[in-house]
Amino acid sequence: MDSMRIIEVKQSIFADNDEDANKLRSRLKEQKTFLLNMMSSPGSGKTTTLVRTINALSDRLRIGVMEADIDSDVDAWTIAEKTSAKTIQLHTGGMCHLDADMTRQGLKELGTEEIDLAVLENVGNLVCPAEFDTGASKNVMILSVPEGHDKPLKYPLIFTVCDALIINKIDVLPYFDFDMDLVREYAKRRNPKLKIFPICAKTGEGMEAWCDWLYQEVMEWNK
Amino acid sequence: MHELGIVVHITKTLKGIAKENQLKEIASVSLELGEVSGVIPEILTDCWNYYRKKFPLIEEAELKFETLPAVTYCEDCEKTYPTVQYGKKCPHCGSDHTYLIAGNECNIKEIEAC
Repeated sequence: MDSMRIIEVKQSIFADNDEDANKLRSRLKEQKTFLLNMMSSPGSGKTTTLVRTINALSDRLRIGVMEADIDSDVDAWTIAEKTSAKTIQLHTGGMCHLDADMTRQGLKELGTEEIDLAVLENVGNLVCPAEFDTGASKNVMILSVPEGHDKPLKYPLIFTVCDALIINKIDVLPYFDFDMDLVREYAKRRNPKLKIFPICAKTGEGMEAWCDWLYQEVMEWNK
Repeated sequence: MHELGIVVHITKTLKGIAKENQLKEIASVSLELGEVSGVIPEILTDCWNYYRKKFPLIEEAELKFETLPAVTYCEDCEKTYPTVQYGKKCPHCGSDHTYLIAGNECNIKEIEAC
C-alpha cells in the first residue's frame, strides 16, 4: 500500500460553488436571460408576491419560474394556475438551499432559450440560501411585517448578499410593533446599497415601484 | 441542515483534488472553521459520517477541525476586538460602525491521502 502524504489544499469550501455560479452567470448573460434568486422565511409571501409580479410584467417579459422546496408541488401549482409563466418544481431532497449546480440543472429543465426573466423561488430559510451563490443576476429577499424589524440584526448575511429587500404585508402594520424606520436603518447598516420596497402582495400596494425596479434590471442585463 | 450541503461541496472539491493528484484513498480532511462561520462541527461530522460511505475515496476519511478566532474591526477607533465576546458594538469606544475581518472562514486546509 502506498504511504499517506499530506496535501495542502487551502481552499474555501464554497470555492467550487462560487466557480459554478460565475460560469452560470456569464452563460445566462450571453444568452440574455436574467435570473432572480428570491429568498425569505417560510410564509413571508414569496409565492403571492411572485404571482403579482409575473402578472404585472408578463406582457413585457417572457417569464419562467422554478419553485424550490424540500417537498410538495403546491407552489408550482399556484403559479401555474394564477399566471401564464412557465413553471417547474424542484425538490432539494432534504437540502435547505439550492446551490449553483442544482440551479443549472433546474434551468436546463425549464429551458431558458425563450425566457427573459427566470425566477428561482429558493427554499424558505434565512440562513443557508445566503451562503450559496446560485449564479443569479440579482438576489432579492422578502421580509414580512409579522417577522419583526430586528431580522437584519439576527440574520446579517442574507441582508448583505441581497440587492433588494421587499417588506411585505404592510397592510398589517397597525397590528404589529414593526418599526419601518428601524428596519431600514438596520438593513442599510448591513448593506448601504440595498434597495427597499415596502409592499402588500395581497392588495397590490407598492408593487409598481418593485416591478419597475425589476423590469429596469432585466432590461439592463439583457441589453 | 446546511451542514449536509457543505459536506456535498467538500466531497466535490476532494474528488477534484484526487483526480489531479491521482489519489485513491483519503485518510483525513482538516478543516478550518471560523468561530462565526455558522457551521457546527458536531452536525458536520454526523453528515460526513452518513455521506462518506457513498464514496470509496472518502469512505475511511476522518474529519478534523481547527477553529479560527473571530475578530471585528471598529471604523471609529480603528481597534479590533473579539467578536464572540462583544458582538457588533465596539468595547473600546461603544461605536457600532464595525465589521468582521476574520472568523467567517470555512476552508479545507489539508488532506492526508495516498
